[in-house]
Amino acid sequence: MSENQKKHTLDPNKWIDKYADYLFNYAVTRVNNSDIAKDLVQETFFAGLKSAKNFEGKAAERTWLVAILKRKVIDYYRKINSNKGKAEVRMNFHQDGDNEGNWLEERVPQTWDNDADKNIESEELKSAIDQCIDHLPEKYAMVFRMKTIQEFETEEICKELNITASNLWVIIHRARTQLRRCMEDNWFNN
Amino acid sequence: MFKKLKISCDEATTICDKSQYGEATVFQKIQLNFHFLVCKICSMYTKQNSEMSKVYKMKAKDCKEKRQCMSSVEKEALKRQLQELEA
Repeated sequence: MSENQKKHTLDPNKWIDKYADYLFNYAVTRVNNSDIAKDLVQETFFAGLKSAKNFEGKAAERTWLVAILKRKVIDYYRKINSNKGKAEVRMNFHQDGDNEGNWLEERVPQTWDNDADKNIESEELKSAIDQCIDHLPEKYAMVFRMKTIQEFETEEICKELNITASNLWVIIHRARTQLRRCMEDNWFNN
Repeated sequence: MFKKLKISCDEATTICDKSQYGEATVFQKIQLNFHFLVCKICSMYTKQNSEMSKVYKMKAKDCKEKRQCMSSVEKEALKRQLQELEA
């Protein structure tokens, strides 16, 4: 590795103290599971160590590690994207025929009867939301959380997960219609 | 003109979801409001969707307030593993 002053250098002995929390926070805001996030951080450090000899010193150490972690997050997204059938998203609209795009009769939204007297700030409401999000297929939950709870920009999510904007909106739409229904059954009209 | 304005419930609710993030175009909003004239269901969906957005906003606020870290035990374990790999 070059000793050139202008170039950045790597110091793996200090990685954990300096970057573990930053990388962990980065990962957990995307995958929303601390065990998975820890695994991704670990893999990032290992991969970093393995390819340390290829480090050219062009980027700062942290930037370089984040770039590795980004690839780990994409790999994770691809993996959950190919997990078919586990928690299949329920369709809300006719997919073809004369009624294409119309509400399926059994999925038509109902009026909510007790939204007024349920405290919007309550802890129960928060856990009801969490439960409904957990019922979504993982891919939908991940994109929905990044967009709605972490409030990432659309462009950023698309870039990070390598999906198109229209792809993102289909996922958000399906996630939101499914969540609305879940909250209708388990909270508002319970 | 009329044909362009006509959209399905699936499309209408997609626009509605987009507009929750302020990302629907003006034309899409016109399409949506035109759809409301003929569809009470989607009109209700939109009202409920705004309610849901308030709940999500609250979750987002919660989330921003807490910064998540790894425990020192986990970090020490990771350090050992890294050192073994280095050796």
